[in-house]
Parts: sequence; C-alpha cells; structure tokens
Amino acid sequence: MTNFTRRTLVRGGTAAAATAALTGPAFLEWSKAWAQAAPWKPEKDAQLSILRWKYFVQAEDDKFVALMDAFTKATGVKITISRESYEDVQPKASVAANTGAGPDLFWGLYSLPHLFPQKCVDVTDVADYLGKKYGGWVDSAVKYGKEGNKWIGIPICYTGSLINYRIAASQKAGFSKFPSKTDEFLEYVKAMKKNNTPGGFALGHAPGDGNTWVYWCLWAHGGQHVDANDKVTINSPETEKALNYAKALYENMVPGTASWNDSSNNKAFLGEEIHWTNNGISIYVAANKDATKKHVAEDMNHAYYPLGPVGKATELHLMFPILAMTYTKYPQACKALIAFMLEADNFNPWIGAAQGYISHCLPAFDKNPIWTEDPKRTPYRDVAKRSLTAGGLGSNGEKAAAAISDYVLLDMFASFCTGKDDAKTSMRNAERQLQRIYRS
Amino acid sequence: MAFISFHARREVNAFNPECPMTDVAIQNARPAPRAATTWDRLKVNRDWIALWFMLPTAAFLILFLAYPLGLGVWLSFTDARIGRSGVFIGLENYNWLSDDSVFWLSVFNTLLYTVVASAVKFAVGLYLALLLNQNMPFKAIVRAIVLIPFIVPTVLSAIAFWWIYDAQFSIISWSLRHMGLIDGNINFLGDSWNARWSAIVANIWRGIPFVAITLLAGLQTVSPSLYEAATIDGANRWQIFRHVTFPLLTPIIAVVMTFSVLFTFTDFQLIWVLTRGGPVNATHLMATLSYQRAIIGGHLGEGAAISTAMIPFLLAAILLSWFGLQRRKWQQGESND
Repeated sequence: MTNFTRRTLVRGGTAAAATAALTGPAFLEWSKAWAQAAPWKPEKDAQLSILRWKYFVQAEDDKFVALMDAFTKATGVKITISRESYEDVQPKASVAANTGAGPDLFWGLYSLPHLFPQKCVDVTDVADYLGKKYGGWVDSAVKYGKEGNKWIGIPICYTGSLINYRIAASQKAGFSKFPSKTDEFLEYVKAMKKNNTPGGFALGHAPGDGNTWVYWCLWAHGGQHVDANDKVTINSPETEKALNYAKALYENMVPGTASWNDSSNNKAFLGEEIHWTNNGISIYVAANKDATKKHVAEDMNHAYYPLGPVGKATELHLMFPILAMTYTKYPQACKALIAFMLEADNFNPWIGAAQGYISHCLPAFDKNPIWTEDPKRTPYRDVAKRSLTAGGLGSNGEKAAAAISDYVLLDMFASFCTGKDDAKTSMRNAERQLQRIYRS
Repeated sequence: MAFISFHARREVNAFNPECPMTDVAIQNARPAPRAATTWDRLKVNRDWIALWFMLPTAAFLILFLAYPLGLGVWLSFTDARIGRSGVFIGLENYNWLSDDSVFWLSVFNTLLYTVVASAVKFAVGLYLALLLNQNMPFKAIVRAIVLIPFIVPTVLSAIAFWWIYDAQFSIISWSLRHMGLIDGNINFLGDSWNARWSAIVANIWRGIPFVAITLLAGLQTVSPSLYEAATIDGANRWQIFRHVTFPLLTPIIAVVMTFSVLFTFTDFQLIWVLTRGGPVNATHLMATLSYQRAIIGGHLGEGAAISTAMIPFLLAAILLSWFGLQRRKWQQGESND
C-alpha cells in the first residue's frame, strides 16, 4: 500500500482542490455558525484528545490539524492530537478500552470499533445526520460502522488499493485498456512478462499490499475464509481455483515478490523495474512530486481490480473508522467533532489535500473536483462502493482482524505460489490456523 | 535510635532520687525488654546485615525481572487478549501450538539461526581477536573500526541489509550482473533458504565485533611470560594456542558465548525489518512469531506461550556453557585437580 520511508517523497499536495473551499476569516465564520447550529453542544470546558494513524501524505495531516484548530476556535474545545503507525493504533485502543483511560477518540484501521463494541459511544445520531445530509452511507461503511442497530464508529474514509500500471508498456503488450476480467488480466500479465515489462503483487509479509490482493483473488473466485456463522470454509474448490490463478500470475511476475513488503512495489515501480502492481495513490503522488520521475507519472494510470468468475467487484480496501470511548467525559464534544470533520466544507478540502489517498464513504463527495480534475485519480473515488469487509461473509471483529494480521491467507497463497506446498497442504495449513483464530 | 533512648533512660535514672545506683547497674546489665524481640536482634545482627543490603537489589530484580517473567508464564495459561484479561485455560495454548506447523517451523528457524550464527561468530571473532592482538600499525584505529557493526543501531544496519538484499535493487545482484556472472537478480529474501542464510549473514556481521573485542580483552590478560616459556620449550604456534592461549581463554569464552547465544536466540529487530518472518514464515523466529501473534494479532496468551517455550532452550544454553566450560576450580582461585 504505502510505507513510511516513502513519506518524505509524497510530502506536499495540490492546493488546487482546496481553492473551492472557504479560507481565512470566512472559514472561521462558517465554523462558528456551524457550532451554533449543530445538534451537539460540547460540554463546558470540554477538552479532547485524539489518537490517529500516522499520515502517509503530509498535506493531509496539515489539513487535519487545521481542521482541529478550526473546531477549537469555533467551540472553545481544546484538542490534543497524537499519532501512531497505523498498525499500532489497535493495541493502544484495546488497552485504553480495557483500562478506561486514554484518548477520547481513536481513529484506526479496519474493524477497530468491533473489537470492543460495548466501550464505544453510540454515535447513531451522528451517522444518521451525516448519512441524511450526504447521500447515505455505502454498504461497506455500514458494515464497518454498525453493530446490530447501533453505530459504534463513524467510517471516516478508505485508502484504496488499486492497480497501478504503465500505459505505454501495456499498449505495447496489446492492451489499450486495462483488463477488466481475471482471464484477460492473466493474458495481460503474461504479455507484459514476455515484453520484458513485468509487474508484481507482494507475497511477503506486507500488511497492506499483500493482504489486499490475496483477499481480492480469493473472493474473485468465490472462495471465503469463513461463512456467515464464522465457520472456517477456506478448504474449498473455489479456494483451490484462486490458488491456481494466483500461481499463474506469480509465474509471470517479476522475480522476488515473495520477499516484498509494503514499500517494495513503490520502489520498484518508481525505479521502473515493474510496470504493474497494486497500491494506493502514493506512487503517483510521489512520481508527480519528483522532477526526475515526471515521465513515470505521465505514463501511468490506475484501474480497478479485474472481476473474477463471481462477476462482481471483490476488492478489499483499508478502512479508517473513528470511535469515541464511553469513558470520555465529553461525549457531546466528541460527536460534534466527528460530525464537524465530515461536513462538506471541511471534508472536501481535506480530501483535496490528500490527493486521492483518502476516499470518502458518503456519495455526495463524489462531486469533489479532486476526483475528476485529474482523471487518473478517478478510480480511487469509488473504492468505498467497491470494497468488501475484512471479515468476508463472517463477523467483522477481532477474529477477522487477527486472521489478517497473522497473514493466514497471504501465507497460504505464498506457500502455494512459491511451490513450497501443494494446494491441498496450503489450504489445510490455512484451515488449521483459521480454526485456531476462530475458536470460540 | 534504640541506643539513644537507652542512654537517655539511664540519665533519667541517675537523677531519680528514688532509684539507688545499684538499681541503675542492674538495669544496665539487663537489656530493655523491647530490645529482646527477634526483630530487634535481626536488625543489628551482623549475619543478617547482608540481607538488608541485598533487599533493594532484590526488590528491583523481582519487580522488573521475576514479576514480568512470572506474568508472562501465567499469561501463557490464559486466553488473554490485548486490553482484556483472560481466564485460566490450562494448557490449551500449548496444545494448539504443539500441532501448529508455523510454530515448529519457528522453533527450527530459531535453532538453526542460533547454532549457525553463534558458531560462525565464535570462529571468526576468535580469529579476529588473535589478529588484533598482534602488533601492527594503527592498532587503536583498526580496533575501533572493528567495533562499527556493533555500534550502529540494529534497525539501521537491518535497513542497510534490506537494501543489500532487495529483490530489484540489490547491490550484490547489480555488481554480479555487471560482471557478467549472473543473468537475473538473486532472490535473497524471496526464497526460503536464501532468506534464512541472508538473515544469518546479517546477524553474523553484526555480532562478530562483540565476540572479537571481548576475546581480545581476554587475550590481553594472558601473561607474556607464559608465551616466552612455551617458546623456549620449543612449542610451535598451534601448540602455543592450543595449550596456553585457549585454556586461559575458556572462562571468557564461556561468558561471551553465553551472551552471544542468548542475543542470537532472542533476536527480533533484524528479522522484523528484513522479512517480518516471511517468505511463508521461513524466517520467523520464536520472538518474532510471539510478537506477531501477541501484539499485532492481539492473542496475548498464545504469544506468551511461544515466549515461554523459549525459556527451556535458553536455560539449556546457559547451563551448557557454564557447566561445560567453567568446571575448572582454578578459575575460582583454587588449584586444578
């Protein structure tokens, strides 16, 4: 997906998208008016602390800080921001939930609120307010945000994982359009390899890039790691089909993808060693920033993952939900802040600053010019609509999170693709690991 | 305190007109009733005083070493998750692990990593120490340079090795390719065995200075007169090493190798930066697997069980080197049998 070493390269952002936004005094006026009219009135002398995932694009964080600052000016609520690497938010939030002390708000990854649903402030009113105002939540956002009839977190945004490819090399291989079906994609991968312009997906322990493509591949072929009752169903003919497909891809990838971590494909793509891969928009942003890589930015584009035999989109993108802890002394201030973050006047410039790294879960933001002023960003507009959830058919809580973080599916694919195990053994090993994780 | 009050009481008695001097003498001979308790005696007893001096250190060790260790072992018998205390589930975690191929792979990897890396570090380290012990120009600078791998923070050197082993940008692959020796890049970290050897080489590079410099310190304690005597007796270089240097070096070898084995066995940073245990868990050590399952995956109990499973290996390593290499009585200042 992305990496922290690349962060320095993707600093800065376009001011273009922010031009439509209110600035300076007008923005402050608007913030104050909003605070007056908002259904949530922060408690007297309220102070909030928020722990968020550490940004990938500096400009996004700058905008975030400006937004928090505006909230403070409009409501008088002081906000303390701290940041952790996106994998580390979950352990910290779990400890805070258990001990009843820590930041009031946590902005983390995937199914964070579902790890301790009873410790999350009921934010149904915020979700309803935003949903009504901005065109209704997309399906995957509802799954990530809701437990039963209650919203326990607000899905702020996704970070998309989509195909990045070089245009000229693809055309040379005979593909004027990026393949939209898995069969066609395999032909593409083979043709690219033959032309000595190969690409690759990570098969090492890469939490972002590795997991997103193997889940796509499994789902595209109708495989599921669990059923609706969390019963392990990985050992299936569909999974075997997905494995065989992945192996066919792997054999035509650039060598060494079994060692890749999240940043390897960024490096290789920018170094022009590979010509297709899966990633967030960070490669494109970095290429645009670097004068020596301009030609890469001009010659690259993004595409959805191809559809498999199941015939519908089966992508997995990184969800970033926010939650307020029940131990907070200022639940109204928390709700006001969350609603404030997603108001169009705030969220639009924020998405703009992120240059496509942040994708919205509310359809009204489709209209943000960031998605259309540069058509290469457009695919990232739709990731929320196309994303499935990490739990697959099953529950979306800590078991699904553990299966992802333990690389169970990724290792199943890697062990088969690299020829370490046959399909039956790979599936049996994964089944055994999943049974360990999903035991009640 | 006790002495002062006793003294004060005597003064009071001396001025008490109702109390004759004889009584004072008797009172002096008899200790005050309060001082007779065992506790008071323990407070001033010379044999116990050592205990009082040890107490702060003991408290420190118990609080920061024994308690976390005990807690870790206890957690391994529970189903604790991060942020949630678990209930006792007996050996369930261990039962799952006993049948877990990834766990056994990590045990194999850890043993391979430790045995190979420690053996090479010892051999090369000893050789380097012998070289550095010779008289040569710029001795001090050369010795300082040897220490560099040890001084560089592990994470930094691991990142350097990560680039060296990169699938696309490896300088080794690049050089060999330009020399015309290979066609494609070497798959350092993408192939199970390549990845294992690559990680071991990185660990050896980092660990050698510690062994070399410590053994060098040991070499310098060997009296030159012994070498002179051996030379006069006509011993060749190998005999001098075998019968003079090596026996005198064994105590320090025991210490160095114990530490070296412990460091290697519990290595974490290098693997985490290089491969995160991949490809397909081929480089997962017990320490990295424990972290992945406990902290990233949230299964504290299971992670604790993996950590606890390391203890017997570590104990065995310690006992082996201490009893195997440190039996000679003269090392404790007695004559040899």
